[in-house]
Amino acid sequence: MTAIWLIFALMTGLAVLALLWPMSRRPALAGLPEGEARIATETGFYRDQLREIDRDAARGLLAAPEAEAARAEAARRLLRASREPGRNPGAVGEPALRRRRAASAFALSTVPLVALLVYGIYGSPDLPAQPQAERLAHARSAGNDLAAAVTQIEAHLAKAPEDGRGWAVLAPVYLRVGRVEDAIKAYENSLRILGDDATRLADYGEALTAAGDGVVSSKARDAFERALKQDPKAVKPQFYLARAAEQDGDRAQARSRYAAMEAAAPPDAPWLPMVRDSLARLDGTAPAAAAPGKGPGMSEEQRGMIRGMVEGLAQRLAEKGGSPEEWGRLVRSYMVLGDRPKAEATLAQARAALGSDAGKLAPVEDVAQELGLGAAKAAP
Amino acid sequence: MLIEVGHYALALALALSLTQMVMPIWASRTGDPVLRSVTVPAALATFLCIAFSFGALTYAHVTSDFSVQNVVENSHSMKPLIYKISGVWGNHEGSMMLWVLILALFGAVVALARNSVPPTLRANTLGVQAAITAVFLLFILITSNPFTRLNPAPIEGRDLNPLLQDPGLAIHPPLLYLGYVGFSITFAFAIAALIEGRIDAAWARAVRPWTLAAWCFLTVGIAMGSYWAYYELGWGGWWFWDPVENASLMPWLAGTALVHSTVVMEKRDALKVWTVLLAILTFSLSLLGTFLVRSGVLTSVHTFATDPTRGTFILGILVLFIGGSLALYAWRAPTLRQGGLFAPISREGALVMNNLFLSAACATVLVGTLYPLALESLTGEKISVGAPFFNLTFVPLAVPLLLVVPFGQTLAWKRGDLAAASQRLFVGFAIALVVALVAIAVTWGGPVGAPLGIGLGAYLILGAVLEIVTRARGKTFGLSLRRAAGLPRSAWGTALAHAGVGVTVIGIAAQAWSVEALATLPRGGELRAGPYVAVLEGVLPRTGPNYTETVAHLTIREGGVPVGVLEPGKRFYASRNMSVSEAGLLTIGVSQVYASVGETGTDGRVGIRLYYKPLVLLIWLGAVVMALGGGLSLTDRRFRVGAPALKPAPRDAAGPVPLHSVPAE
Repeated sequence: MTAIWLIFALMTGLAVLALLWPMSRRPALAGLPEGEARIATETGFYRDQLREIDRDAARGLLAAPEAEAARAEAARRLLRASREPGRNPGAVGEPALRRRRAASAFALSTVPLVALLVYGIYGSPDLPAQPQAERLAHARSAGNDLAAAVTQIEAHLAKAPEDGRGWAVLAPVYLRVGRVEDAIKAYENSLRILGDDATRLADYGEALTAAGDGVVSSKARDAFERALKQDPKAVKPQFYLARAAEQDGDRAQARSRYAAMEAAAPPDAPWLPMVRDSLARLDGTAPAAAAPGKGPGMSEEQRGMIRGMVEGLAQRLAEKGGSPEEWGRLVRSYMVLGDRPKAEATLAQARAALGSDAGKLAPVEDVAQELGLGAAKAAP
Repeated sequence: MLIEVGHYALALALALSLTQMVMPIWASRTGDPVLRSVTVPAALATFLCIAFSFGALTYAHVTSDFSVQNVVENSHSMKPLIYKISGVWGNHEGSMMLWVLILALFGAVVALARNSVPPTLRANTLGVQAAITAVFLLFILITSNPFTRLNPAPIEGRDLNPLLQDPGLAIHPPLLYLGYVGFSITFAFAIAALIEGRIDAAWARAVRPWTLAAWCFLTVGIAMGSYWAYYELGWGGWWFWDPVENASLMPWLAGTALVHSTVVMEKRDALKVWTVLLAILTFSLSLLGTFLVRSGVLTSVHTFATDPTRGTFILGILVLFIGGSLALYAWRAPTLRQGGLFAPISREGALVMNNLFLSAACATVLVGTLYPLALESLTGEKISVGAPFFNLTFVPLAVPLLLVVPFGQTLAWKRGDLAAASQRLFVGFAIALVVALVAIAVTWGGPVGAPLGIGLGAYLILGAVLEIVTRARGKTFGLSLRRAAGLPRSAWGTALAHAGVGVTVIGIAAQAWSVEALATLPRGGELRAGPYVAVLEGVLPRTGPNYTETVAHLTIREGGVPVGVLEPGKRFYASRNMSVSEAGLLTIGVSQVYASVGETGTDGRVGIRLYYKPLVLLIWLGAVVMALGGGLSLTDRRFRVGAPALKPAPRDAAGPVPLHSVPAE
């Protein structure tokens, strides 16, 4: 990796040299006072122009009267230029030399400093170039068949994009190497071409969930439901649908789904511990409910949004009252947000608002019982 | 390693352009010509560095090096080579690279142009140019770095947007940017003149080739973009008043005004302050155009806010250059020496009118483009300002302007004679009227505007021809020819460019007669548009390098006789999961038959859109003629001083044209 730094040094050196070169030259005007030098460069320009006009006129490019008028104009400008004094007359010799040294020092320091600073922040000097051809050869020789195989399948699919099997093979590989978006596309293609299939649908939903950072989106849920339709016993869709219910705050349904899985599971199923964990979390014995404000799989933003909605509901219920189902939802919401005291308070409010009418109160009490709230008065 | 060296070259270019920016300021404070001369090697070295860096990026794209994020996001190993190359500037980061590359290229050319620009002016111009380069390099390095690496590298790229995989889009952005960035030189010259506090005809002479070249590139670039939209977007329109198009039209309008006002300044030493303002505005509009397209403001004001670094940087650049230059203008412009006066009826007067109309037209486009954005960001309401607005505001400004064009050409400098000019134009006006009447008679019952537009176009072309004819007329035909050949090339260029405007106007006017037909056809079905009938022969699949295509095979007949075959298709790009329609075009003379494919039904019926577009190619050919005219007058090397001749000379004398008898060009 020293080679690259040598190249950088060489480039920087050349650039600085290019800047210093005109300063080291002894220009013809160097002996003149500054003001005169300035005038000389300006008037020299117009003298050149006068010569050019003569040349053009001689070659017949310019008609005689035009040339005459042009000459007069250029001469007028020449006169004006030579009358204008230089703005800093008298800066000669020693100060000029010192100034040039300062300018050289400036160029010598600024150029490498800025270039190295900027490159130092954004560059990655240790990364070699990896042209595709080279990478493929390398992958083959190193026995890294996966990369080569993927590229081969991709090349094949580029030619025959309607080969659903190719997409089906590629999709899980994509997911494994972290190319989630590509995996989703590949699953979509394979589903489009080969039709619905429980495993593929479940994998597709899993990819969608992975893309959403663990949140089971409605699209993913749709995929899982379709998968269950194909194979009602499939484990993956059941699990994710339970997770979806949990994320929605619908604990009853989540619990029933997890419980069903647990009941139907063979005792040595590798996923059984995960389901048991989830059940424990729902029952509140695991830290999930105890950690305040930490809903499963919710981002800060989502939680903020939910809190806003919950508070809106709470205010409306407090002011105008509402149906028992609404009260139940509010209680459940506070628990999802991990705010147990508020949930208890709301339960008390609900009991007060709905009165002692057991029929009316039943849905709220169901929720309370399910969540283990207000145990003292739970039994009717 | 090449990629990292390219990245370093970009950082080095930033350092060099900073030096190039500082040195002229230092030099003008101390009056040291040696410090000033540092700008020349600095400009050349900056250009070499950026060119190398751009080359490294292109190499990464060509070899599909997916360790570079920019390549992953915009390339695919199966893409044809030409699109691998055009993919370099088909994305935000790469297009910014192209922008600075052209900027540095122009800087290098100014540095090398020793004999046409006074040295102080050149150094200051290079200084301003370096300031622009430095800011853009910073923008690239900080917010849009094309050399960002990925480790480990993904196996395959995500491919370029299929809409951009087209030869038209390979050429269009470079041309457009040559235009946009070309105006940066004019801008740099204007700022340098303001800093120096001196501006004269020599300034105008130094600026004119740059303005003209930028204008030519922009003209062709816009025409190219319009043609691309015409055949690629698949609904047969050639101009949509889309904000992206308006963004390029605004600098073009201002640039056209600038080209004309520099002529006045060069010939008559007048309109100086206005010319400087126009130079600033033209480049400001170019900047605005670049950013409107690049920042994503257009798709939604909110995308602008989702990427705050890029957005604020862009705003900062706009404020710095537009605000800074206008402030400098307000401060320094009063100190500029005012030029000569002139009568309102004169060539200058006509050019002032041209400037007024062009500026007003530019302002309407600006309002129509920015108002929806402002409204959306203030109230959140989304409206779109489309063709009706522009037809009501832009067209009434353009038509009188076009009517005046031949008059302006005919009037003399300093004091013109309106009666004499009208007399000279009478023939042209009469013939144009006849053309319009004939067009009305032939297409009786059709739209009224079209024949009038055709007449207007004919009038413009005839005006340009008459201009050359009156100037070249001699006693014998041979003498006239010799005199015509002896006319300065800029005169020919002017005439050609104005004739080009006429050609475009005819093409636009004729679109009122275009016919559209739409149907879902079974195999063997027929669809008629104008005089042409398309017969669907069949639908077949076809495979391209990175797409699959469904092609409809159409035979076009005119009165039962087959005149050609059209193969419009729909391409599906698997890597982006995107479908793009490919229009089929059959060119007959300068008219076209245009077909595009819609949805394919389950019963094998295909939706076909068929257009007959009479004279449509004239729209773009006219633009090419305009650019050729600009190029021709660019080659005119005469010392351009419009000093009026003093004594009358006999009119039919052989040799070059005496100045008094006809107006100078």
